[in-house]
Amino acid sequence: MNSRHEARIGILFALPWILGFVLLLAYPLVFSLVTSFTNFSVLREPKWIGLSNYQELMSDGVFLTALQNTLLYTIGAVPLGTVLAIALAMLLNAKVKGMAVYRTLLFLPTLVPMVAQATLFLWVFNGDYGLLNAALRGIGFSPPNWLGDPAWAKWTLILIAAWGCGQAMLIYLAGLQDVPANLYEAADLDGAKLWHKTRHITLPMISPVILFNVIMAIIGSIQVFAVPQVMFPGGAPARSTYMFAMYLYDNAFLYQRMGYASAMGWVMFLIILALTLAALRLSERHVHYETQ
Amino acid sequence: MRPQSKLALLIVLILTVGAAVLGERVVSREASPGRVTVVYWEKWTGQEGEEMRKVVDAFNRSQDRIFVKYLSISGVDQKTILASGGGNPPDVAGIWQEQVFQFADLGALTDLTAMANAAGLTRDYYIPAYYDALSEGETLWALPSTPASIGLHVRPDLVPSEVATPETFPETIEELDALNDRISKQNADGSLVMAGFLPSNPGWWHWGWGPLFGADLFKGGNPTLNGPETVRAFEWIARYSKKFGPQAVQNFQSGFGNFASPQDPFMTGKVATEINGVWKANYIRVYQPDLKWFAVPMPYPKDRPDLKGHSLLSQDVLVIPRGAKRAKEAFEFIAFVQRQDVMEGLCSAHGKNSPLNEVSEAFFENHPNKAIRLFDQLARSPNAIYPSRSGFFPRVSGELANAFQEVNTGLKTPKQALDDAQARIDGLWKTYREQVARS
Repeated sequence: MNSRHEARIGILFALPWILGFVLLLAYPLVFSLVTSFTNFSVLREPKWIGLSNYQELMSDGVFLTALQNTLLYTIGAVPLGTVLAIALAMLLNAKVKGMAVYRTLLFLPTLVPMVAQATLFLWVFNGDYGLLNAALRGIGFSPPNWLGDPAWAKWTLILIAAWGCGQAMLIYLAGLQDVPANLYEAADLDGAKLWHKTRHITLPMISPVILFNVIMAIIGSIQVFAVPQVMFPGGAPARSTYMFAMYLYDNAFLYQRMGYASAMGWVMFLIILALTLAALRLSERHVHYETQ
Repeated sequence: MRPQSKLALLIVLILTVGAAVLGERVVSREASPGRVTVVYWEKWTGQEGEEMRKVVDAFNRSQDRIFVKYLSISGVDQKTILASGGGNPPDVAGIWQEQVFQFADLGALTDLTAMANAAGLTRDYYIPAYYDALSEGETLWALPSTPASIGLHVRPDLVPSEVATPETFPETIEELDALNDRISKQNADGSLVMAGFLPSNPGWWHWGWGPLFGADLFKGGNPTLNGPETVRAFEWIARYSKKFGPQAVQNFQSGFGNFASPQDPFMTGKVATEINGVWKANYIRVYQPDLKWFAVPMPYPKDRPDLKGHSLLSQDVLVIPRGAKRAKEAFEFIAFVQRQDVMEGLCSAHGKNSPLNEVSEAFFENHPNKAIRLFDQLARSPNAIYPSRSGFFPRVSGELANAFQEVNTGLKTPKQALDDAQARIDGLWKTYREQVARS
């Protein structure tokens, strides 16, 4: 078989992906970038308006509220999810009987569809009858109205985000199992305690995994949509839970402002890019690769 | 070419041809040979969807030239816009009244005026407010499928006996407030046990509070959210959250069940009165058939007796999207739905009032809602109002809903909340007008 023939076969096998990429990703990307400079309502020809959509975003109070909500959510949800996922992964890395069952149980919540999850949490966080408040009252607290109070609604979403940490937990678990056992044995010989082993062996050794998961969590948090959309329609109460993606969706499909929504999409991309670059930059001193 | 390659090529060819042939059959619009197929997308599901299906079946049986292909789908508004953009819209779409002018401003609708006039479906055929809500100047954009009017529902067992009939129930806002103060129950810790009335329940018509006090939300053609009447309405709303405490109202309301369930607060007795539509009786009939209730017009401000008989109107409507391939045949179906016997059958099955000017006595007598005459009268009231005829209305409604929440949760004073809403809407209104003018 000559090399040209091999290349042809290779391209043929890659063709479904190439077509999918060009038609379903590259074309919409370019189209949305162009659309972001237009006034476009789907049914009429787009009209070029230059940077107007981007300029309007800067003075749009609702957009700024949604952006602020999303960033606060990210600041809360990403560290919480990361700490929880690492802690659970460490527990699941222990050598105890029945570990397969524990692992399955802790991963199961990840499989619950978002809408079902949101509906479930509407009951868990119900201010009057909710399980959480019943428990808090049981131990003498005067619990807040998680869903109806603007001061607490965002915290509700942040807490719910922790529910989906199973995916990250699994990746951390894989990372933990790659940490060479001899490092722990050497530390044991030196009389290191659990915290020291965690601080000086475990966390540095899984730091590339932490970086990966944190970046994925930032992307997911900036794009959060389904759960707040179901639990807090319109960002109620008083837009305290109105997220970036919800406002983007409303502009595109409720107000038919596709150009404006596209501009929002590109601003979202730039924010994610900036945060990702910042995370990579910050990680330079803290992430340790085995090849280094 | 190797035999394996030939075989692979043959399989690919067979699959491609098969997909093309079967695909054409799957997406074909022609549902019945020899008849013109009209594609109808409707938002209703469940029982309401089934009742409309019966109308479609009756139309299909009534003649042999047109076949209506009925599809009950979710997100009908967005899908209709996108399908129109793609050049393949349905021939008829069932949307909501408040979207009609948004669609019209986008150029998404077919003008029905000439076809409706030719079919005798003119303003005098309908209760005027229902027809007016769908037309602008000389242009008619939609016709009703089922309408509704809204009144105050009352539990006679939860109010004092002297006001426990439609004839003796308070007529003014001030009397309603006094009744609320008298019958609402709070525990020593401030938590609510029963509210006489709550403006935040069910929370579907926050745009309607200003007009209840006489506001015009599009004064002089411009969105006006902070007019004195609307500020007065929101001060009245704030009175309720102040009286009970914003936290107490939020906690109380978070325990309300879904309106389409036995946990509905009106049915469970958490609220003694509730503003709701003619359809409320359907749910009571299903979930609490023995419940005692009656309905009255929403009370009016004492110093504005001219606003007596206030009601909010809404409609489910039928439109022909722009670019529909069978517009003429589609209108034949829409005209069939407007026939008095068909319309009364559908409205009765949906538990709604009729949008038509002429209503048969049998409709009233056989209607499942015992208060149907009241809802019919409310629709005919000069103080019956409908969502503003502007494509910008959804933004106005959204801003008023947000202002309501800010007031109800005690975040802002009524004036602050409405001034902020006005400031936001002014910017959006300018952009909207430019966009409509540009397009």
